[in-house]
Amino acid sequence: MLRILQFLYSLRSFLLFVLLEVLAIGLIVSNNSPQGAAFFNSSNAVTGSVLKTRSDVVDFFSLAEANEALLVENAALLEHLKTLNSIPDSMTIQLDSALEAQFTFKGARIISNSLRFSQNHITLNKGSKDGVKPGMGVFNEEGVIGRVKSVSENYSVAFSLLNTELKLSSKIKSNNSFGTTKWDGKNSEKSKLLYVPRHVNANPGDTIVTTGFSAVFPEGIIIGIIESVDQGEDPNFLDIVIKLSTDFSKAHYVYLVENARLDEIDSLHMNSDIENEF
Amino acid sequence: MNFRSLITYVFLVICLCLVQILLLKNLALFGVAFCFIYLLAILSFPISLRGFPLILMSFGIGLLVDVFYDTLGLHASAVTLLAFLRPYWLKAISPNGGYDDANFPTLPEMGIGWYISYTLPLVFAFSLMFFIADQWGTGGLFGVLNKSFFSSIFTVIMAIIVQLLFFKRRRGI
Repeated sequence: MLRILQFLYSLRSFLLFVLLEVLAIGLIVSNNSPQGAAFFNSSNAVTGSVLKTRSDVVDFFSLAEANEALLVENAALLEHLKTLNSIPDSMTIQLDSALEAQFTFKGARIISNSLRFSQNHITLNKGSKDGVKPGMGVFNEEGVIGRVKSVSENYSVAFSLLNTELKLSSKIKSNNSFGTTKWDGKNSEKSKLLYVPRHVNANPGDTIVTTGFSAVFPEGIIIGIIESVDQGEDPNFLDIVIKLSTDFSKAHYVYLVENARLDEIDSLHMNSDIENEF
Repeated sequence: MNFRSLITYVFLVICLCLVQILLLKNLALFGVAFCFIYLLAILSFPISLRGFPLILMSFGIGLLVDVFYDTLGLHASAVTLLAFLRPYWLKAISPNGGYDDANFPTLPEMGIGWYISYTLPLVFAFSLMFFIADQWGTGGLFGVLNKSFFSSIFTVIMAIIVQLLFFKRRRGI
């Protein structure tokens, strides 16, 4: 008995090593499940405030660019507003209020961002106090950024589109055929469009937008442009590479979108046993 | 280890972790060479430090970096491997007559040839573990080896530069 104890004692650092490795791998697995909210991440108060201070300094240098992007977006919105305004001499019909405001938008700032791993995350400076909830979509004027994963009081963490766990329901704008955008973990400027059947006529240069099926994003937010279409190895589907429209290394200010009917749609899907993509 | 060197170590760990978290997070030279400069702290701990305290401290430092990187467990698992391998590797490459107790495994103490043969394999083991865990199920083995190889070279070069600039010549750190 003493021998066994002595033997174990001589192995103590190896045993500790194994224990800690198992613990670490457990953490990796629990952190990477798309639904699971992790405890230790950059949305906790201390980490968030450190990252926010850093981003306060760094963002100062990109204010000019941010201003320019806002100007462009403002101009586009003004133009859009003009088409929506009713012309005084024509008859207009007031829409039912039930059809209005299905989506609500909020602004936020990215305080931490990663590009170089296969599971990238984004930390935002808005949290549950500001009405951010897990599952909200994140985008900016260039295109889709990701989806909120977990929320603390003042900060939130989102899956980046550059995360191999995130699947995004998307379609080719010109012919409405839909597929799934999923990053392959290689290049931070490119992604893959999966599950597009072979008979679909997809050409390089076609725009990829969100479908609105998933109820996270409204329909028609740009994701990217098809760069190449190959026959690929899969006998049923095309191998499509997308050039992402968002420059993730420069994204600073983002919009959060909430679908007021997300709960209803989710519970309907759950009742009918549909596994939804995000 | 006296009180003063304890303070220096705490200061070293904090400085290197801050640099890692604030400056080096999104740095990747040519998309493959990452810099894990905070490993320098673990590599510079005294030679007499081994077993439980070393592994536990490394795990803690790894977890700290992980929290800021949002890669929970990745750094922790890789750095634990490094801490576990360090005493064995130190024993394997010990110079004739063994180490002095006062010896620190740093560049100014041990010379460049010994230092590279000490750090490069350990950092490579770290990178290999890190990228295997990161790319599990997504990337191929070639990508992992490619990234590990260049990251370990880049990290060792950066570690050498930092020591040439900031570490004092005679008294370790």
